[in-house]
Parts: sequence; structure tokens; C-alpha cells
Amino acid sequence: MIAHSIFFYTFSFIAIISAVMVTVSKNTVHSVFFLILDFISISCLFIMIGAEFLGMIMLIVYVGAVAVLFLFVVMMLNVAQQRNQWFASESSSKHIPVGLIISTLIFVELIIVIGGWKYKPDLFDINNSSQLAKVSNTHSLGQVLYTDYIHVFQISGMILLVAMIGAIVLTFRKREGVKTQSYISQISRERSDGVSVLKVESKKGVKIDD
Amino acid sequence: MEYLGILFDQVYKILFLLVPVLLSVAMVVWLDRRVWAFVQKRKGPNVVGPFGLLQTIADALKYIFKEIIIPSSSNKVIFILAPIVTMTLALIAWAVIPFSATQVLADINVGILYLFAVSSLGVYGIIMGGWASNSKYPFLGAIRSAAQMVSYEVSIGVIIINVLLCVGSLNLNDIVIAQQNLWFIIPLFPMFVIFFISALAETNRPPFDLPEAEAELVAGYQTEYSGMMYAMFWLGEYANILLMCAMGAILFLGGWLSPLEIYPFTLVPGPIWLVLKILLLFLLFALVKAIVPRYRYDQLMKLGWKVFLPLSLIWVVFTASYLFYFNLLPVN
Repeated sequence: MIAHSIFFYTFSFIAIISAVMVTVSKNTVHSVFFLILDFISISCLFIMIGAEFLGMIMLIVYVGAVAVLFLFVVMMLNVAQQRNQWFASESSSKHIPVGLIISTLIFVELIIVIGGWKYKPDLFDINNSSQLAKVSNTHSLGQVLYTDYIHVFQISGMILLVAMIGAIVLTFRKREGVKTQSYISQISRERSDGVSVLKVESKKGVKIDD
Repeated sequence: MEYLGILFDQVYKILFLLVPVLLSVAMVVWLDRRVWAFVQKRKGPNVVGPFGLLQTIADALKYIFKEIIIPSSSNKVIFILAPIVTMTLALIAWAVIPFSATQVLADINVGILYLFAVSSLGVYGIIMGGWASNSKYPFLGAIRSAAQMVSYEVSIGVIIINVLLCVGSLNLNDIVIAQQNLWFIIPLFPMFVIFFISALAETNRPPFDLPEAEAELVAGYQTEYSGMMYAMFWLGEYANILLMCAMGAILFLGGWLSPLEIYPFTLVPGPIWLVLKILLLFLLFALVKAIVPRYRYDQLMKLGWKVFLPLSLIWVVFTASYLFYFNLLPVN
């Protein structure tokens, strides 16, 4: 038990400190790295309470893919310099109330959602839990997710799909005059398309049309 | 005292795993260079030790004694952290690789997810190194590799789903045991091919070595590194390649199982079979490096997103419907 609590306090300490450092650190790239550290320590906490599937998925999705793209964008933008200008300028005071309103709205929504959430009663049934303990984490998640919560699961999947398509549509623009290479046409090029053998008469030359 | 005993026991086990892995990484670098040389009708490293076997160790010694140069305009903490991250991630993944039914350091329920997670974290070493160097070529290499590794991870993930549909468990030992009658390379051969090519891209091997393309980017993210830190990048990369080979061997070639369950084959212990399969896959990696020219960047992206991802997704649907229709879905 002592080892367990040592690990628990270590990971939670790292998680909280890095979460604070995300907002405090001056360099934006550093804050993304602290965010990654936060994700990793939270997934360690998930593993410690026995939710190994959730912990691993957290690592794969957030650390392995989402945070990489975060880092990608932040590194390209040179945000550290821009932020200093932004704080000095007048426009920052206009944006701060809007940001506050939006974040308050999201916070209230979260409270409403979590407060009104109803869990399936037999998940907390003590007689049932001994039976659940035999099944592995992944199996039990699948059994709940694909039976009782199938509609919620499918709807959230659809929302994500719509968001993805929306993002593509919003950023997609057809540009004129872009030179692209089609490797199918490159590979399927024959000798006869490019080379022709001509008979050249002496002192007259040939005229090549192109 | 009790905890101390457990601690020493674990440390002993970890050392017994990591020292052979590091030694085999050194040997495998030599093998890679030899195969490369033989394809090009050269001799390759053949001077240091018998057949040149100690060449890598000599190289590593040279790197250790060289001066470490840290660029003055670099971000020093992240610059130093990057090779450490690469090396650590390449080594911690070996914890879940089963060498036989009992010889595995951590026999966890979600072994394959752990492997996948660790291999997808591998991109951080490269991004951190490229960004912290504060120089154009390393940064270009880092950006390229971030896009490349994220793209090919997707198809590797979908291929893993294919195998998991046939197994019904995320445990690596269960995956191996499920192949007792038929290795998955036979029913899932197209997936094996895609897995192999994606593994090449995931480990930044030729023909997908765009992050370190020496012709365009000097050496990509490794340009500013020197001495021990360069050696750590280099060894971490090869440890990662071995790891992907082990993953391929476990997912498709039956892991530590012998090819046939008959007398002369069953005498050979499981770990040796696993090592032989890893070496076979590594030989393929080395041959590909020698015979295939580098891809162009847009071709790489097209291959990942427009060919491999749809193909492996279609194969998931196909596998699932086949298993469902013939009532072969694994139920436990």
C-alpha cells in the first residue's frame, strides 16, 4: 500500500504542477510540453486505478496524435513573440471579456451535464461487481459501450465525423495555377510519348513542332 | 526489506532484458551495414573483431569520448532531453514483449496498446531535437517526421484492429497463442505487407527517411547533435527498428511459436524462434534500405492517407464480416 500511495502522490503532484506550468510558462512550446507531461501523468493515474484501457487510449490519442499537432502548430507560429505584442496592444482588452463569457458558458454546461448524469444502476451493484472483476477492462468497457450506451456512442462518433468534415470544408480552397505531379501519369509515360526519331537531311535541319 | 527485495528482483529482471537488447542493437547495426554493403558489392565493416562484429562497439566508444557540442542559441534543456526521450522510449517498450509463454517482464492486459502508445510517442524525441536545435534543417526534418509518423500510425492502428478481431484479446501472449494453428501472415497477408511498409515509415527508414534525408536536409533533426547525444539518437533508432520487427513477428509470424509443432522444431526454445523471426524481418528492412530509392514527400503522404488507410479500413470490414458470417468470432 505504501508503494501505491507513493506512486499516486508522485503522479498527482506532477499532474498538478505541470497543469499550472501550462498556463504560467512564458514560452508557448514549453507549455505544450508541460501539457504532454500532464497527459502522461494523468494516464499513469488511470492505470493505477485499474483503468488500463483508458490510460493507454489517453496516451495514444492525446499524447501520440493531438499534442503532436498542437506542438506542430505552436512551433510554426512563433507564438511567444506574438503574444507579447498582443498583450501590449489595445485589442487584448476587447477580447478578454468575450473569452471570459465563453469559458463561463462552457463551465456551466459542464456542471449541468455532470450534475444530471444518470449511471446505469447495476454498474454499482455489489453482487454484480464480483462478476465484472473476472472480465478484463477492455471487455467490460465494450460490453457497456456497445449495448446500453450504443446510441450515445454512435451519436458522439457522428458528431466527431461532422466536425472533421467541417474542418476540412472550412480550410479547403481550390487554388488556380498550382503545379502538381500525378505519379500515375509519370509512371505510365511511354518512350513513344517523349522520344521520336527523325531523319535529318544534311544542311537542312528539321522543324520540330511543340 | 520486503520492498527492497522486490525492487532488486525487478532491477535484475530489467537488466537481464535490456543488456541483451542493447547488445543486439549493436550487432544489428553491423548486420545492417554488412547487408547494405553486400547488395552494393562492397565488403562493409570487416576489420574490427571477427567479421567486423565489434565495429559498432568501437563506433560507440568513439562517440562516448567525443566532445558534446550544444549550440549556443539552442533551447538547452529540450536539446539534451530529446536523445534521452528517444532512447528511453525505444527501451521501455521491450517490457511487454513475450519471449515465451512465461518469459515476459510485464504480462499486461493491454500489451498491444502499450506497444502502440510507446511507438507513437517516439515522434517526440525527433520533434524536440529538431525544434530545440534552433536551426532550419533540423526543424524541417522534425516537421516532416511529425507529419509522417502521425500519418502512418493511423494505418498501423487499423492493422492492429485486424489482428485483434481474430484474437479477441489485447494481451500479447494471447495474440501469440491464437496463432498456434495458423500464423496470421497467411489469412492477413495484405495487412502484413502494409504493416511492414508502415513500419518502415514509422521508424524513418529508407525509402521513407525524409526526416534525415542527407541529400536535402544534411541529416535532418540530427544535424546539430554530436558525441554521445548523437549516438543515443542512433542507437534509439535501431532499438525502435528492432521493436517494430518484434511487433511484426508477434502480430503476424506467431511470436515465440515454432513453425511446426513436430519433433525437431519443438526442441528449440521459444525465445530463439522469436529472435530468428525478428532477424528475418530485420533482414527485409536492411534489404529495402539497399534497393529502394527515397520517396518524394507528397508521394509519401499520398501513400499513407489515400492508399494504406482506405485499404486497411476495407480489410477491417472484410475481416469482421468474414468472422461474423462463419461464426469464427473469438468469444471468451
